[in-house]
Amino acid sequence: MKDLVAVVMLAGIYGLLSACFFVAMDAVDVAFTEASVGAGISTLLMLVAITMTGRSEQAARHKPALAFVVVVITGGLLIYGTLDMPYFGAVDAPIQVHVAPRYINDSMQEVGVPNIVTSVLASYRGFDTFGEAVVIFTAGIGVLTLLPVLRSRKGDDAVESLNDSMHEQHLIVRIVTKILIPLILLFALYVQFHGDFGPGGGFQAGVIFAAAIILYAMLFGLEVARRVINQTFIQFAAAFGVLLYGSVGLVSLLNGGNFLDYSVLSADPIAGQHLGILLIELGVGCTVTSVMVIIFFHFAGRKEDKQRMKEEEVG
Amino acid sequence: MLIGLYNYWIVVVLMMIGFYIVIAHGNLIKKIVGLTIFQTSVFIFYISMAKVDGGTAPILADGIERYSNPLPHVLILTAIVVGIATTALALALTVRIKEAYGSIEEEHIQEKDNQAC
Amino acid sequence: MDVAIEITSSICLLIGSFLCVSGGVGILRFPDFYTRMHAAGVTDTLGAGMILIGLMLQSQDFLVFAKLVMILLMMLFINPTASHALAKSAIHNGLKPVLDIKERNNTESESSSR
Repeated sequence: MKDLVAVVMLAGIYGLLSACFFVAMDAVDVAFTEASVGAGISTLLMLVAITMTGRSEQAARHKPALAFVVVVITGGLLIYGTLDMPYFGAVDAPIQVHVAPRYINDSMQEVGVPNIVTSVLASYRGFDTFGEAVVIFTAGIGVLTLLPVLRSRKGDDAVESLNDSMHEQHLIVRIVTKILIPLILLFALYVQFHGDFGPGGGFQAGVIFAAAIILYAMLFGLEVARRVINQTFIQFAAAFGVLLYGSVGLVSLLNGGNFLDYSVLSADPIAGQHLGILLIELGVGCTVTSVMVIIFFHFAGRKEDKQRMKEEEVG
Repeated sequence: MLIGLYNYWIVVVLMMIGFYIVIAHGNLIKKIVGLTIFQTSVFIFYISMAKVDGGTAPILADGIERYSNPLPHVLILTAIVVGIATTALALALTVRIKEAYGSIEEEHIQEKDNQAC
Repeated sequence: MDVAIEITSSICLLIGSFLCVSGGVGILRFPDFYTRMHAAGVTDTLGAGMILIGLMLQSQDFLVFAKLVMILLMMLFINPTASHALAKSAIHNGLKPVLDIKERNNTESESSSR
Protein backbone atom coordinates (compact mmCIF):
# COMPACT_ATOMS: atom_id res chain seq x y z
CA MET A 1 0.00 0.00 0.00
CA LYS A 2 1.50 3.26 -1.09
CA ASP A 3 -0.93 5.66 0.56
CA LEU A 4 0.37 6.32 4.03
CA VAL A 5 -2.95 7.72 5.27
CA ALA A 6 -4.58 4.37 4.56
CA VAL A 7 -1.71 2.62 6.32
CA VAL A 8 -2.14 4.78 9.41
CA MET A 9 -5.92 4.32 9.46
CA LEU A 10 -5.46 0.56 9.25
CA ALA A 11 -2.98 0.75 12.11
CA GLY A 12 -5.65 2.57 14.11
CA ILE A 13 -8.21 -0.12 13.36
CA TYR A 14 -5.63 -2.70 14.38
CA GLY A 15 -5.23 -0.87 17.69
CA LEU A 16 -8.99 -0.93 18.28
CA LEU A 17 -9.17 -4.62 17.43
CA SER A 18 -6.36 -5.45 19.81
CA ALA A 19 -8.26 -3.51 22.47
CA CYS A 20 -11.25 -5.80 21.83
CA PHE A 21 -8.91 -8.76 22.13
CA PHE A 22 -7.67 -7.50 25.49
CA VAL A 23 -11.27 -7.33 26.74
CA ALA A 24 -11.74 -10.94 25.68
CA MET A 25 -8.59 -11.80 27.63
CA ASP A 26 -10.03 -10.19 30.81
CA ALA A 27 -7.53 -7.34 30.75
CA VAL A 28 -10.05 -4.51 30.95
CA ASP A 29 -7.59 -1.88 32.15
CA VAL A 30 -5.19 -2.67 29.35
CA ALA A 31 -8.01 -2.66 26.79
CA PHE A 32 -9.08 0.75 28.01
CA THR A 33 -5.58 2.12 27.60
CA GLU A 34 -5.07 0.52 24.21
CA ALA A 35 -8.39 1.84 22.92
CA SER A 36 -7.58 5.41 23.91
CA VAL A 37 -3.90 5.27 22.96
CA GLY A 38 -3.62 2.83 20.06
CA ALA A 39 -6.81 3.83 18.29
CA GLY A 40 -6.91 7.46 19.35
CA ILE A 41 -3.78 9.41 20.10
CA SER A 42 -1.23 7.42 18.12
CA THR A 43 -3.33 7.51 14.94
CA LEU A 44 -3.76 11.22 15.39
CA LEU A 45 -0.05 11.89 15.91
CA MET A 46 0.87 9.80 12.89
CA LEU A 47 -1.64 11.69 10.75
CA VAL A 48 -0.19 15.00 11.86
CA ALA A 49 3.30 13.72 11.09
CA ILE A 50 2.18 12.57 7.63
CA THR A 51 0.83 15.99 6.76
CA MET A 52 4.38 17.23 7.25
CA THR A 53 6.34 14.40 5.68
CA GLY A 54 4.27 13.63 2.61
CA ARG A 55 1.47 11.25 1.94
CA SER A 56 2.78 8.64 -0.42
CA GLU A 57 5.56 6.14 -0.22
CA GLN A 58 7.96 5.65 -3.07
CA ALA A 59 8.26 2.26 -4.67
CA ALA A 60 11.08 0.24 -3.19
CA ARG A 61 13.94 -0.35 -5.55
CA HIS A 62 15.44 -3.35 -3.83
CA LYS A 63 13.86 -6.76 -3.66
CA PRO A 64 12.47 -7.74 -0.28
CA ALA A 65 13.20 -11.46 -0.79
CA LEU A 66 16.15 -11.39 1.58
CA ALA A 67 14.06 -9.70 4.25
CA PHE A 68 11.38 -12.33 3.77
CA VAL A 69 13.90 -15.14 4.27
CA VAL A 70 15.24 -13.53 7.43
CA VAL A 71 11.72 -13.10 8.77
CA VAL A 72 10.72 -16.69 8.02
CA ILE A 73 13.84 -18.07 9.70
CA THR A 74 13.37 -15.91 12.79
CA GLY A 75 9.69 -16.80 12.96
CA GLY A 76 10.46 -20.49 12.64
CA LEU A 77 13.01 -20.30 15.47
CA LEU A 78 10.55 -18.42 17.67
CA ILE A 79 7.82 -20.99 17.04
CA TYR A 80 10.32 -23.74 17.88
CA GLY A 81 10.96 -21.86 21.09
CA THR A 82 7.28 -21.82 22.01
CA LEU A 83 7.06 -25.61 22.03
CA ASP A 84 8.14 -25.71 25.67
CA MET A 85 5.73 -23.01 26.77
CA PRO A 86 2.73 -23.73 29.00
CA TYR A 87 -0.59 -24.12 27.23
CA PHE A 88 -2.91 -21.19 26.66
CA GLY A 89 -5.08 -20.59 29.72
CA ALA A 90 -3.34 -23.25 31.81
CA VAL A 91 -4.13 -22.78 35.50
CA ASP A 92 -0.82 -24.23 36.74
CA ALA A 93 1.50 -22.30 34.43
CA PRO A 94 4.59 -20.94 36.25
CA ILE A 95 3.39 -17.36 35.78
CA GLN A 96 0.12 -18.10 37.59
CA VAL A 97 1.67 -19.68 40.70
CA HIS A 98 4.56 -17.37 41.50
CA VAL A 99 3.61 -13.83 42.62
CA ALA A 100 0.06 -13.45 41.38
CA PRO A 101 -1.68 -15.44 44.16
CA ARG A 102 -0.26 -13.06 46.74
CA TYR A 103 -1.70 -10.07 44.88
CA ILE A 104 -5.06 -11.75 44.39
CA ASN A 105 -5.42 -13.07 47.93
CA ASP A 106 -3.79 -10.40 50.08
CA SER A 107 -4.18 -7.11 48.25
CA MET A 108 -7.63 -6.49 49.76
CA GLN A 109 -6.19 -6.67 53.32
CA GLU A 110 -2.95 -4.86 52.50
CA VAL A 111 -4.14 -2.14 50.15
CA GLY A 112 -7.92 -2.24 50.33
CA VAL A 113 -8.56 -1.48 46.67
CA PRO A 114 -10.86 -3.82 44.73
CA ASN A 115 -9.13 -3.30 41.38
CA ILE A 116 -6.01 -5.45 41.73
CA VAL A 117 -4.40 -3.87 38.70
CA THR A 118 -4.55 -0.45 40.35
CA SER A 119 -3.19 -1.73 43.64
CA VAL A 120 -0.28 -3.51 41.95
CA LEU A 121 0.37 -0.58 39.63
CA ALA A 122 0.32 2.12 42.25
CA SER A 123 1.30 0.38 45.45
CA TYR A 124 3.22 -2.90 45.09
CA ARG A 125 5.05 -1.75 41.98
CA GLY A 126 4.91 1.96 42.56
CA PHE A 127 8.59 2.31 41.83
CA ASP A 128 8.15 0.82 38.33
CA THR A 129 5.31 3.20 37.64
CA PHE A 130 7.45 6.09 38.82
CA GLY A 131 9.98 5.05 36.21
CA GLU A 132 7.29 4.95 33.53
CA ALA A 133 6.10 8.42 34.46
CA VAL A 134 9.66 9.70 34.17
CA VAL A 135 10.02 8.01 30.76
CA ILE A 136 6.89 9.76 29.52
CA PHE A 137 8.14 13.05 30.90
CA THR A 138 11.47 12.52 29.15
CA ALA A 139 9.72 11.78 25.86
CA GLY A 140 7.84 15.05 26.28
CA ILE A 141 11.13 16.90 26.78
CA GLY A 142 12.54 15.10 23.74
CA VAL A 143 9.71 16.30 21.52
CA LEU A 144 10.05 19.78 22.97
CA THR A 145 13.71 19.94 21.99
CA LEU A 146 13.29 18.23 18.61
CA LEU A 147 10.42 20.36 17.42
CA PRO A 148 10.82 23.83 18.87
CA VAL A 149 7.97 26.07 17.75
CA LEU A 150 9.40 29.10 16.00
CA ARG A 151 7.60 32.08 17.37
CA SER A 152 6.41 34.28 14.55
CA ARG A 153 3.03 35.05 15.98
CA LYS A 154 0.36 36.77 14.05
CA GLY A 155 -1.53 39.47 15.86
CA ASP A 156 -4.64 38.50 17.76
CA ASP A 157 -6.86 40.30 15.26
CA ALA A 158 -5.70 38.07 12.45
CA VAL A 159 -6.57 35.04 14.55
CA GLU A 160 -10.02 36.43 15.28
CA SER A 161 -10.82 37.11 11.64
CA LEU A 162 -9.53 33.70 10.60
CA ASN A 163 -11.73 32.16 13.25
CA ASP A 164 -14.83 34.01 12.09
CA SER A 165 -14.37 32.90 8.52
CA MET A 166 -13.85 29.32 9.65
CA HIS A 167 -16.84 29.48 11.93
CA GLU A 168 -19.49 29.19 9.24
CA GLN A 169 -17.78 26.24 7.69
CA HIS A 170 -17.47 24.09 10.78
CA LEU A 171 -20.63 25.20 12.51
CA ILE A 172 -22.25 21.82 13.17
CA VAL A 173 -19.07 20.08 14.23
CA ARG A 174 -18.10 22.95 16.48
CA ILE A 175 -21.42 23.10 18.27
CA VAL A 176 -21.54 19.37 18.86
CA THR A 177 -17.96 19.48 20.09
CA LYS A 178 -18.85 22.24 22.50
CA ILE A 179 -21.48 19.95 23.98
CA LEU A 180 -19.17 16.96 24.04
CA ILE A 181 -15.98 18.41 25.48
CA PRO A 182 -17.34 18.95 29.02
CA LEU A 183 -18.70 15.41 28.96
CA ILE A 184 -15.32 14.05 27.86
CA LEU A 185 -13.56 15.98 30.61
CA LEU A 186 -16.09 14.72 33.15
CA PHE A 187 -15.58 11.18 31.93
CA ALA A 188 -11.82 11.60 32.24
CA LEU A 189 -12.22 12.71 35.85
CA TYR A 190 -14.49 9.74 36.51
CA VAL A 191 -11.89 7.40 35.06
CA GLN A 192 -9.18 9.08 37.13
CA PHE A 193 -10.92 8.78 40.48
CA HIS A 194 -12.87 5.60 39.90
CA GLY A 195 -9.71 3.68 39.04
CA ASP A 196 -9.65 2.12 42.52
CA PHE A 197 -12.93 0.32 41.98
CA GLY A 198 -13.26 -0.28 38.26
CA PRO A 199 -11.01 -0.20 35.23
CA GLY A 200 -9.28 3.12 34.94
CA GLY A 201 -6.55 5.20 36.49
CA GLY A 202 -4.12 7.97 35.81
CA PHE A 203 -2.78 6.71 32.50
CA GLN A 204 -6.16 6.29 30.83
CA ALA A 205 -7.61 9.44 32.33
CA GLY A 206 -4.60 11.44 31.20
CA VAL A 207 -4.96 10.26 27.63
CA ILE A 208 -8.72 10.99 27.58
CA PHE A 209 -8.17 14.43 29.06
CA ALA A 210 -5.53 15.15 26.45
CA ALA A 211 -7.87 13.89 23.73
CA ALA A 212 -10.48 16.45 24.78
CA ILE A 213 -7.96 19.27 24.63
CA ILE A 214 -6.62 18.08 21.28
CA LEU A 215 -10.17 17.91 19.90
CA TYR A 216 -10.66 21.50 20.95
CA ALA A 217 -7.39 22.54 19.37
CA MET A 218 -8.25 20.78 16.12
CA LEU A 219 -11.61 22.46 15.73
CA PHE A 220 -11.01 25.92 17.10
CA GLY A 221 -7.48 26.45 15.92
CA LEU A 222 -4.17 26.04 17.66
CA GLU A 223 -3.83 29.69 18.64
CA VAL A 224 -7.17 29.68 20.45
CA ALA A 225 -6.30 26.46 22.25
CA ARG A 226 -2.92 27.93 23.19
CA ARG A 227 -4.70 30.85 24.74
CA VAL A 228 -6.89 28.50 26.79
CA ILE A 229 -3.99 26.28 27.84
CA ASN A 230 -0.91 28.30 28.37
CA GLN A 231 2.33 26.83 27.06
CA THR A 232 4.23 27.56 30.26
CA PHE A 233 1.43 26.16 32.37
CA ILE A 234 1.31 22.87 30.51
CA GLN A 235 5.08 22.45 30.74
CA PHE A 236 4.89 23.19 34.43
CA ALA A 237 2.08 20.64 34.82
CA ALA A 238 4.15 17.92 33.16
CA ALA A 239 6.96 18.47 35.63
CA PHE A 240 4.53 18.87 38.52
CA GLY A 241 3.05 15.39 37.98
CA VAL A 242 6.43 13.69 38.27
CA LEU A 243 7.32 15.92 41.20
CA LEU A 244 4.10 15.03 43.02
CA TYR A 245 4.82 11.32 42.50
CA GLY A 246 8.36 11.66 43.79
CA SER A 247 7.32 13.78 46.76
CA VAL A 248 4.80 11.18 47.89
CA GLY A 249 7.71 8.74 47.95
CA LEU A 250 9.87 11.18 49.88
CA VAL A 251 7.12 11.92 52.40
CA SER A 252 6.71 8.23 53.09
CA LEU A 253 10.51 8.04 53.58
CA LEU A 254 10.33 10.90 56.07
CA ASN A 255 7.49 9.21 57.90
CA GLY A 256 9.71 6.22 58.53
CA GLY A 257 8.61 3.86 55.79
CA ASN A 258 10.23 2.73 52.57
CA PHE A 259 10.20 4.84 49.41
CA LEU A 260 6.59 4.88 48.14
CA ASP A 261 5.33 2.85 51.11
CA TYR A 262 1.99 4.58 51.58
CA SER A 263 0.97 2.74 54.74
CA VAL A 264 2.88 5.27 56.84
CA LEU A 265 1.19 8.30 55.28
CA SER A 266 -1.72 8.06 57.67
CA ALA A 267 -2.39 6.52 61.08
CA ASP A 268 -4.50 3.83 59.47
CA PRO A 269 -2.44 1.85 56.89
CA ILE A 270 -5.42 1.31 54.59
CA ALA A 271 -6.32 5.00 54.60
CA GLY A 272 -2.66 5.77 53.93
CA GLN A 273 -2.66 3.40 50.98
CA HIS A 274 -5.79 5.06 49.60
CA LEU A 275 -4.28 8.52 49.99
CA GLY A 276 -1.01 7.47 48.38
CA ILE A 277 -2.70 5.80 45.42
CA LEU A 278 -4.94 8.81 44.90
CA LEU A 279 -1.98 11.20 44.90
CA ILE A 280 0.27 9.23 42.62
CA GLU A 281 -2.55 8.52 40.17
CA LEU A 282 -3.12 12.25 40.14
CA GLY A 283 0.57 12.80 39.40
CA VAL A 284 0.54 10.24 36.61
CA GLY A 285 -2.64 11.70 35.11
CA CYS A 286 -1.16 15.19 35.25
CA THR A 287 2.06 14.16 33.51
CA VAL A 288 0.38 12.04 30.84
CA THR A 289 -2.14 14.77 29.97
CA SER A 290 0.45 17.49 29.73
CA VAL A 291 2.96 15.43 27.78
CA MET A 292 0.34 14.35 25.24
CA VAL A 293 -0.87 17.92 24.84
CA ILE A 294 2.70 19.21 24.55
CA ILE A 295 3.48 16.61 21.89
CA PHE A 296 0.39 17.50 19.87
CA PHE A 297 0.88 21.26 20.21
CA HIS A 298 4.44 21.01 19.04
CA PHE A 299 3.65 18.80 16.05
CA ALA A 300 0.77 20.99 14.97
CA GLY A 301 2.61 24.22 15.78
CA ARG A 302 5.55 23.09 13.67
CA LYS A 303 3.20 22.53 10.78
CA GLU A 304 1.61 25.95 11.08
CA ASP A 305 5.03 27.56 11.30
CA LYS A 306 6.13 25.85 8.12
CA GLN A 307 2.99 26.91 6.31
CA ARG A 308 3.46 30.45 7.46
CA MET A 309 7.09 30.48 6.33
CA LYS A 310 6.02 29.18 2.93
CA GLU A 311 3.37 31.86 2.63
CA GLU A 312 5.94 34.50 3.52
CA GLU A 313 8.35 33.16 0.93
CA VAL A 314 5.66 33.20 -1.74
CA GLY A 315 4.40 36.60 -0.70
CA MET B 1 -1.55 -31.52 21.86
CA LEU B 2 0.37 -28.70 20.22
CA ILE B 3 -2.84 -26.84 19.40
CA GLY B 4 -2.90 -25.42 22.95
CA LEU B 5 0.01 -23.20 21.97
CA TYR B 6 -1.83 -21.33 19.26
CA ASN B 7 -1.74 -17.99 21.10
CA TYR B 8 2.06 -17.92 20.86
CA TRP B 9 1.91 -18.67 17.16
CA ILE B 10 -0.44 -15.77 16.53
CA VAL B 11 1.97 -13.57 18.46
CA VAL B 12 4.93 -14.85 16.44
CA VAL B 13 3.09 -14.22 13.15
CA LEU B 14 2.18 -10.67 14.18
CA MET B 15 5.69 -10.02 15.40
CA MET B 16 7.16 -11.24 12.15
CA ILE B 17 4.76 -9.04 10.16
CA GLY B 18 5.99 -6.05 12.14
CA PHE B 19 9.62 -7.15 11.75
CA TYR B 20 9.17 -7.58 8.00
CA ILE B 21 7.72 -4.09 7.64
CA VAL B 22 10.62 -2.66 9.59
CA ILE B 23 13.34 -4.27 7.50
CA ALA B 24 11.71 -4.38 4.06
CA HIS B 25 10.19 -0.91 3.74
CA GLY B 26 12.26 2.19 3.25
CA ASN B 27 9.66 4.71 4.37
CA LEU B 28 10.25 5.86 7.92
CA ILE B 29 6.55 6.30 8.76
CA LYS B 30 5.91 2.75 7.62
CA LYS B 31 8.79 1.56 9.73
CA ILE B 32 7.19 3.22 12.74
CA VAL B 33 3.86 1.54 11.98
CA GLY B 34 5.75 -1.75 11.75
CA LEU B 35 7.35 -1.10 15.12
CA THR B 36 3.90 -0.43 16.60
CA ILE B 37 2.67 -3.78 15.30
CA PHE B 38 5.76 -5.46 16.74
CA GLN B 39 5.09 -3.74 20.05
CA THR B 40 1.43 -4.77 20.11
CA SER B 41 2.39 -8.37 19.43
CA VAL B 42 4.48 -8.30 22.61
CA PHE B 43 1.49 -6.84 24.48
CA ILE B 44 -0.70 -9.66 23.17
CA PHE B 45 1.96 -12.16 24.25
CA TYR B 46 1.90 -10.92 27.83
CA ILE B 47 -1.87 -10.56 28.05
CA SER B 48 -2.55 -14.00 26.60
CA MET B 49 -0.14 -15.50 29.14
CA ALA B 50 -2.11 -13.83 31.92
CA LYS B 51 -5.38 -15.44 30.82
CA VAL B 52 -6.58 -18.24 33.09
CA ASP B 53 -9.27 -20.66 31.98
CA GLY B 54 -12.50 -19.78 33.77
CA GLY B 55 -10.99 -16.65 35.30
CA THR B 56 -12.45 -13.17 35.16
CA ALA B 57 -11.09 -9.63 35.14
CA PRO B 58 -8.89 -8.94 38.19
CA ILE B 59 -11.33 -6.70 40.03
CA LEU B 60 -12.20 -8.22 43.38
CA ALA B 61 -15.89 -9.02 43.82
CA ASP B 62 -17.90 -11.36 45.99
CA GLY B 63 -18.51 -14.87 44.77
CA ILE B 64 -15.68 -15.00 42.26
CA GLU B 65 -12.98 -17.54 42.90
CA ARG B 66 -10.58 -17.30 40.01
CA TYR B 67 -9.06 -14.18 38.52
CA SER B 68 -6.72 -13.63 35.63
CA ASN B 69 -3.16 -12.77 36.52
CA PRO B 70 -3.01 -9.00 37.22
CA LEU B 71 0.76 -8.61 36.99
CA PRO B 72 1.15 -8.73 33.18
CA HIS B 73 -1.78 -6.35 32.91
CA VAL B 74 0.09 -3.80 35.00
CA LEU B 75 3.28 -4.16 33.00
CA ILE B 76 1.48 -3.80 29.67
CA LEU B 77 -0.72 -0.91 30.79
CA THR B 78 2.31 1.21 31.50
CA ALA B 79 4.12 -0.16 28.45
CA ILE B 80 1.33 1.05 26.15
CA VAL B 81 1.56 4.61 27.38
CA VAL B 82 5.35 4.56 27.27
CA GLY B 83 5.03 3.10 23.77
CA ILE B 84 3.00 6.05 22.54
CA ALA B 85 5.49 8.45 24.10
CA THR B 86 8.39 6.80 22.27
CA THR B 87 6.36 6.64 19.05
CA ALA B 88 5.79 10.37 19.34
CA LEU B 89 9.52 10.86 19.77
CA ALA B 90 10.18 8.75 16.67
CA LEU B 91 7.65 10.77 14.69
CA ALA B 92 9.30 13.99 15.84
CA LEU B 93 12.64 12.66 14.61
CA THR B 94 11.01 11.75 11.29
CA VAL B 95 9.69 15.27 10.90
CA ARG B 96 13.14 16.66 11.57
CA ILE B 97 14.67 14.23 9.06
CA LYS B 98 12.14 15.37 6.48
CA GLU B 99 13.12 18.96 7.13
CA ALA B 100 16.82 18.25 6.92
CA TYR B 101 16.90 15.82 3.98
CA GLY B 102 13.67 16.66 2.15
CA SER B 103 12.67 13.00 2.16
CA ILE B 104 11.80 10.21 4.53
CA GLU B 105 12.85 7.39 2.23
CA GLU B 106 15.82 5.51 3.58
CA GLU B 107 17.53 5.30 0.17
CA HIS B 108 17.33 9.02 -0.51
CA ILE B 109 18.72 9.78 2.91
CA GLN B 110 21.65 7.45 2.32
CA GLU B 111 22.31 8.94 -1.09
CA LYS B 112 22.43 12.41 0.39
CA ASP B 113 24.72 11.21 3.13
CA ASN B 114 27.04 9.64 0.59
CA GLN B 115 27.12 12.83 -1.48
CA ALA B 116 27.99 14.83 1.58
CA CYS B 117 30.98 12.63 2.37
CA MET C 1 -42.96 -11.02 31.64
CA ASP C 2 -39.37 -12.15 31.74
CA VAL C 3 -39.86 -14.17 28.60
CA ALA C 4 -41.34 -11.17 26.80
CA ILE C 5 -38.39 -8.97 27.73
CA GLU C 6 -36.00 -11.70 26.73
CA ILE C 7 -37.64 -12.09 23.33
CA THR C 8 -37.80 -8.33 22.62
CA SER C 9 -34.19 -7.89 23.59
CA SER C 10 -33.09 -10.78 21.38
CA ILE C 11 -35.05 -9.33 18.47
CA CYS C 12 -33.40 -5.95 19.02
CA LEU C 13 -29.97 -7.55 19.18
CA LEU C 14 -30.62 -9.53 16.00
CA ILE C 15 -31.85 -6.49 14.07
CA GLY C 16 -28.87 -4.51 15.32
CA SER C 17 -26.36 -7.16 14.30
CA PHE C 18 -28.02 -7.53 10.91
CA LEU C 19 -27.84 -3.78 10.32
CA CYS C 20 -24.18 -3.65 11.30
CA VAL C 21 -23.33 -6.52 8.96
CA SER C 22 -25.30 -4.93 6.12
CA GLY C 23 -23.43 -1.67 6.74
CA GLY C 24 -20.18 -3.59 6.38
CA VAL C 25 -21.37 -5.14 3.14
CA GLY C 26 -22.42 -1.67 1.96
CA ILE C 27 -18.95 -0.27 2.56
CA LEU C 28 -17.48 -2.99 0.40
CA ARG C 29 -20.08 -3.01 -2.39
CA PHE C 30 -21.22 0.56 -2.95
CA PRO C 31 -19.70 2.44 -5.89
CA ASP C 32 -18.35 5.71 -4.51
CA PHE C 33 -17.29 7.46 -1.34
CA TYR C 34 -20.60 9.10 -0.49
CA THR C 35 -22.80 6.03 -0.84
CA ARG C 36 -20.28 4.03 1.16
CA MET C 37 -20.27 6.63 3.86
CA HIS C 38 -24.03 6.63 3.93
CA ALA C 39 -23.98 2.85 4.38
CA ALA C 40 -21.52 3.09 7.24
CA GLY C 41 -23.07 6.10 8.97
CA VAL C 42 -26.76 5.29 8.79
CA THR C 43 -26.67 1.59 9.50
CA ASP C 44 -24.12 1.92 12.25
CA THR C 45 -26.12 4.49 14.14
CA LEU C 46 -29.31 2.46 14.00
CA GLY C 47 -27.57 -0.91 14.33
CA ALA C 48 -25.50 0.02 17.35
CA GLY C 49 -28.53 1.79 18.79
CA MET C 50 -30.62 -1.37 18.48
CA ILE C 51 -27.87 -3.45 20.09
CA LEU C 52 -27.68 -0.98 22.98
CA ILE C 53 -31.46 -1.04 23.44
CA GLY C 54 -31.39 -4.82 23.43
CA LEU C 55 -28.68 -4.76 26.11
CA MET C 56 -30.63 -2.20 28.13
CA LEU C 57 -33.62 -4.53 28.24
CA GLN C 58 -31.40 -7.25 29.62
CA SER C 59 -29.61 -5.16 32.24
CA GLN C 60 -30.44 -6.10 35.82
CA ASP C 61 -28.57 -3.27 37.43
CA PHE C 62 -29.73 0.35 37.28
CA LEU C 63 -26.13 1.58 37.00
CA VAL C 64 -25.53 -0.56 33.92
CA PHE C 65 -28.77 0.73 32.42
CA ALA C 66 -27.78 4.35 33.01
CA LYS C 67 -24.36 3.78 31.46
CA LEU C 68 -25.93 2.22 28.38
CA VAL C 69 -28.33 5.17 28.04
CA MET C 70 -25.36 7.52 28.19
CA ILE C 71 -23.47 5.55 25.56
CA LEU C 72 -26.55 5.68 23.33
CA LEU C 73 -26.91 9.43 23.75
CA MET C 74 -23.24 10.04 23.03
CA MET C 75 -23.47 7.87 19.96
CA LEU C 76 -26.49 9.72 18.66
CA PHE C 77 -24.45 12.89 18.96
CA ILE C 78 -21.17 11.67 17.60
CA ASN C 79 -22.08 9.41 14.69
CA PRO C 80 -24.05 11.92 12.59
CA THR C 81 -21.49 14.61 13.35
CA ALA C 82 -18.64 12.41 12.25
CA SER C 83 -20.46 11.48 9.04
CA HIS C 84 -21.22 15.13 8.42
CA ALA C 85 -17.60 16.15 8.94
CA LEU C 86 -16.39 13.38 6.63
CA ALA C 87 -18.80 14.25 3.84
CA LYS C 88 -18.11 17.94 4.22
CA SER C 89 -14.36 17.57 4.04
CA ALA C 90 -14.71 15.26 1.03
CA ILE C 91 -16.84 17.74 -0.91
CA HIS C 92 -14.63 20.59 0.28
CA ASN C 93 -11.61 18.86 -1.22
CA GLY C 94 -13.38 18.40 -4.53
CA LEU C 95 -14.47 14.78 -4.51
CA LYS C 96 -17.51 14.59 -6.78
CA PRO C 97 -20.22 12.03 -6.09
CA VAL C 98 -20.93 9.50 -8.83
CA LEU C 99 -24.40 10.48 -9.96
CA ASP C 100 -25.74 7.58 -11.98
CA ILE C 101 -24.74 4.34 -13.55
CA LYS C 102 -24.35 5.79 -17.02
CA GLU C 103 -21.95 8.45 -15.92
CA ARG C 104 -20.04 5.93 -13.88
CA ASN C 105 -19.63 3.66 -16.87
CA ASN C 106 -18.41 6.62 -18.87
CA THR C 107 -15.79 7.56 -16.32
CA GLU C 108 -14.74 3.98 -15.96
CA SER C 109 -14.29 3.51 -19.69
CA GLU C 110 -12.39 6.78 -19.81
CA SER C 111 -10.06 5.74 -17.06
CA SER C 112 -9.56 2.31 -18.59
CA SER C 113 -8.90 3.75 -22.03
CA ARG C 114 -6.26 6.03 -20.60
